[in-house]
Amino acid sequence: MHAPFVSATRLSIGSDADLAWVRQQVRQAAAALGFGLVQQTKLVTAVSELARNTLVHGGGGHMEMTPLAEGNRVGLRLSFVDRGPGIRDLELAMTDGYTTGGGLGKGLSGSKRLVAEFAIDSRPGEGTTVTIADWVSGVPSPRAGAS
Amino acid sequence: MTGPFATQPGPVPVLVLGDVLLVTLQGDLHDTAAERLQQDITQRIASSPAPVGGVVIDISGVEIVDSFLGRILAEIAASARLLATRTVLAGMRPSVAITLVELGLTMPGLDTALDVERALSLLGHPSPAAPTTHPEEGA
Repeated sequence: MHAPFVSATRLSIGSDADLAWVRQQVRQAAAALGFGLVQQTKLVTAVSELARNTLVHGGGGHMEMTPLAEGNRVGLRLSFVDRGPGIRDLELAMTDGYTTGGGLGKGLSGSKRLVAEFAIDSRPGEGTTVTIADWVSGVPSPRAGAS
Repeated sequence: MTGPFATQPGPVPVLVLGDVLLVTLQGDLHDTAAERLQQDITQRIASSPAPVGGVVIDISGVEIVDSFLGRILAEIAASARLLATRTVLAGMRPSVAITLVELGLTMPGLDTALDVERALSLLGHPSPAAPTTHPEEGA
């Protein structure tokens, strides 16, 4: 727990037990890097949304967790990768309240608001990769929604 | 944060406290356990020999509420309301409240209280000095 990660960790996402495992691993990594409680909670919540998307919409996949160090700041990058049907209309999928899965339509748009960096890459028929990054912050990060 | 999550593989227990159903969520709740809880609570309300005076869901031990769990909690409250029973969500952590608002999940219509004791008094119950569970037939 005390040793910082030196390389990327890959966790598979294939069941709801995996979702719990992924949340737990990210929580522990974020705590070890020095993320504060509120930031940890936001990050793990975003992870839960995105990992569930990978499971439910992507038919399963994996998450890759990479510790980041840039100058004197540290952070965490997380990629959620599936080989599912992909997202036909990314702009629509990012709209608050838009849902295809019977949820609340907050998963993508909401998790974007919870982290500093958010990128989505999807090709119909080939799958979806969502990558987020968050930094242990002394200063407030710009709201992702404004970018 | 101290220690790892206490995972909850089995069903979530529903305790009877007077005429109130008390559910305590702990650690990391699996999706299937959350869905089962929704069915358990509504069935307990409908099949209870004495009217259920309310449902209190204690989430003080819950580290994150995502949109899935948020939806389940709102649906438990909505279905309990249709069965003439009020639900109070008790003990949400401040970090969870902040995250839910940013996520866009403010759960309107869901009654909340800062802890179980205040949830019980919101339901019109004198708060017991020490919470004791009564057998269901004792009501």
